[in-house]
Amino acid sequence: MSGVNTDRLKRKKSAANGVFYGVIGLLAALTLACLIIIIGFILVKGLGNINWEFLSQEPRRMGREGGIFSVIVGTIWVTLVSIVIATPIGIASAIYFTEYSKEGRLVKVIRFFTEVLAGIPSIIFGLFGFAFFVVFLGMGWSVISGGLTLSMMILPTLTRATEESLKTVPMSYREGSLSLGATKWQTIVKVVLPCCRPGILTGLILGIGRAIGETAAIMLTVGGSLRLPSSLFDSTRTMAVHLYMLASEGLSEEKTYATAALLIIIVLIINTAANLIGKKLGTL
Amino acid sequence: MKTYEKVIEKVILLCAVAATLSVALITVFIFQSGLPVMADYGVFDFIAGTTWKPTNGQYGIFPLIAGTLSVTLGALAIGIPTGIACAVFLAEILPPKPARLFKSAIELLAGIPSVVYGFFGLVVLVPAIRNYILPVFQIFDPDITTTGFSILAGAVILAIMILPTIVSMSENAIAAVPAEYKEASLALGANKRETITKVLIPAAKSGIISSVILGMGRAIGETMAVLLITGNMAVIPGSVLDSVATLTGTIAMEMSYASPTHQQALFAVGIVLFVIIMLLNLTAQLTVKRLGGEGK
Repeated sequence: MSGVNTDRLKRKKSAANGVFYGVIGLLAALTLACLIIIIGFILVKGLGNINWEFLSQEPRRMGREGGIFSVIVGTIWVTLVSIVIATPIGIASAIYFTEYSKEGRLVKVIRFFTEVLAGIPSIIFGLFGFAFFVVFLGMGWSVISGGLTLSMMILPTLTRATEESLKTVPMSYREGSLSLGATKWQTIVKVVLPCCRPGILTGLILGIGRAIGETAAIMLTVGGSLRLPSSLFDSTRTMAVHLYMLASEGLSEEKTYATAALLIIIVLIINTAANLIGKKLGTL
Repeated sequence: MKTYEKVIEKVILLCAVAATLSVALITVFIFQSGLPVMADYGVFDFIAGTTWKPTNGQYGIFPLIAGTLSVTLGALAIGIPTGIACAVFLAEILPPKPARLFKSAIELLAGIPSVVYGFFGLVVLVPAIRNYILPVFQIFDPDITTTGFSILAGAVILAIMILPTIVSMSENAIAAVPAEYKEASLALGANKRETITKVLIPAAKSGIISSVILGMGRAIGETMAVLLITGNMAVIPGSVLDSVATLTGTIAMEMSYASPTHQQALFAVGIVLFVIIMLLNLTAQLTVKRLGGEGK
């Protein structure tokens, strides 16, 4: 090969490299920019409108005035119900997968359907919740209908997070406990589960995040009442649904931005918490 | 003591079956509520009918399928190259520390509720399309008009929403390619770019493909964001600036005021959506299984 040719080849290659890395860098920067712009825009427009009044007063005139106190309470109720139902079932499922099951056909089927459940879109959950909890079981549009629907949605998240952390507990812990005469269940409760507290907590936090952000399923099962719920069978409204109502009906720009900003803040807190716990888990 | 342990084992098995039971219940109730109207109207007329006018008793969902399809394909066209680029950037170019930071940024993107994306699209993207993108289109076609509520708006927002799925799964797939492959390629004199495009990406193919399929599933199933920005007009679109209604958006919007038959028709729309998503998820799982061995 003559010197001129390798020179040309080199130049061609370095030009191709430049284009390649340029495009990749640009697209990655664009992705980061999207995140910063979306979060920044909503916080800048909304933070100024969040004040004590907004948080503590009940909405008036369909949310045009006043605050979102009853909406916050509604969000907490629905989230709490879903977590209370889904957490024990999720943890138990994970225990079954890691501690009890032998890799057989039944386990494969159960595992497969847990994956399937995770992939079902929220509007389908909404339709189901409406047909089953609201109409068939006669619970009406209520906190309990929404909470039950949501618990089905977050179940796979909880199961997966718990399972991942159960897998990290060394076999020797279990063997040690069993050889000291503890039963299998005692070993799980007293030795294995305490080691996974951070992992379970991470799953829980992610589940809460999903519950708070969920809209479509909630709309069809909880309804949209702005009144403060007094029992599990009352209709209420969550922050995400409230944001949708305000945005789609153009009721009040100021309240809409404030609600969106509050949701973003909650998401930021949840993500930070999950990350911090994850880091702790890594150093253990 | 032994019976106690046995009971506990049974209870735990029962909990593990809860997810399976949920899927069964969901399937039964969606189909039971939607099938009658689908059968009455005729499955073919329902799926291929071009008029969705529930108030007139016309339940042709083809416009809704077209709406969902156009928005989803648009999102994939934007999301796939961007997602793979980000995955390569994360796995091969960024040093570990900034990569971790970039990764948590992507995770944050996944944590933002869809209704917030929709709201952002509504107040930023829709007016931007009306004011800045429309004039560009008018250079080529002076008659074109748009309200901003459009396929384009939906596609851009959905692309951002499916990025986390594509990036994290593709990145895992690329990182899982054995180091020997890379070393061998570099040892043969290939440079880093050639190694990435000709060795790493082909070896990570199965993971990347299934990430795209799952992203597609997310895009098809997404409701609140498209509901706020695609305009919800059940017509077959002529350009990317046209308004469309999607399967999901139509269900969410019309459920609140639907008459009983109309409600059943919306459940039938749910059946179509359910079947599409199931097929996609199955394909994704099979892809991983079939091509999974290749990287190892």
